[in-house]
Amino acid sequence: MINRFVIPVVVFALLAVVLAIGIVHSPQKGVIVSPLLGKPAPQFALPSLGNPSQVVRSADLRGRWYLFNVWGTWCGECRAEHDMLLTVRRAGVVPLVGLDWKDDDAQALGWLQQLGNPYQEVAVDRTGQVAIDWGVYGAPETFLVNPQGIIVYKHVGALTSETWTREILPLLPAPTRARS
Amino acid sequence: MRRAIGRSTPLLALWALLALGRAPAAWAIDTTQMPTPQLQARYEGLTHELRCVQCQNEAIADSPVDLAADLRRDVRDMLLAGKSDDDVRAWMVARYGDFILFRPRFAWKNAWLWGAPEVLLLLGVLIAWRVVRKRARLVTADHEPLPDDGSP
Repeated sequence: MINRFVIPVVVFALLAVVLAIGIVHSPQKGVIVSPLLGKPAPQFALPSLGNPSQVVRSADLRGRWYLFNVWGTWCGECRAEHDMLLTVRRAGVVPLVGLDWKDDDAQALGWLQQLGNPYQEVAVDRTGQVAIDWGVYGAPETFLVNPQGIIVYKHVGALTSETWTREILPLLPAPTRARS
Repeated sequence: MRRAIGRSTPLLALWALLALGRAPAAWAIDTTQMPTPQLQARYEGLTHELRCVQCQNEAIADSPVDLAADLRRDVRDMLLAGKSDDDVRAWMVARYGDFILFRPRFAWKNAWLWGAPEVLLLLGVLIAWRVVRKRARLVTADHEPLPDDGSP
């Protein structure tokens, strides 16, 4: 009987297709796709690192592209990506706004002094509430926000030159890129 | 000796499970006390059904991670502010997506997942019914007397 062989083969083929789709669509296991992509960046107003009387406001960042980078001195991967952040700063294409997540101010300042400061400004998130509002679950995380205040891209983990050139640069408008 | 342990293993495991389930609050990671028993029950329910997004296989109630503690604080504050359980879930999903819910909500996107057990069960019943019918026919055929070939 043909049935005897056809049915198992068809079932196997279907299963293989389903599993293949699953494997292809989850290249980065454990990375949560943020529901905030394509949505307005969460608002915040936090003290500026090293200058607590000054407030870093998300509203003030409207009208220009910026990279929002979540870091902390307790985070090993942040140390690993720091050189890349300095490269981004030198490229001068898009400003970096840092979020110092549940960190010690003095340690954070020491870190920037020692390793170099890639940020235009750093907001201090002592309670971790702003990080939660942004759906952050592990540092470092980097968001690209457009002039309308919409999150257009998110990267979880250390920023690499590959992510920078392949994923972030192409999202930035041509005139901005030409300046680099 | 080994055999004795082997025999009592299921019992021991059961005892361990029961003991864990009834672990006193002092052992727990979370020692939050809500002002009323109702709020406490809702708080415990919610913190057990929200995933610690950093460790991913633990509820925020059981996770020692800093972020889990922050999320528990937010659950507590929202409940104290009079928010409903669904408000809290929606708040979490807006930030971390459906992944944060250990008990996923029904949506058309995952309808096939919810429907799959019923569909598979129906398929299994159909197959079983067909097999049984075929076998039943074989049995009646078997009981028919052999054709008389003239042998003694």
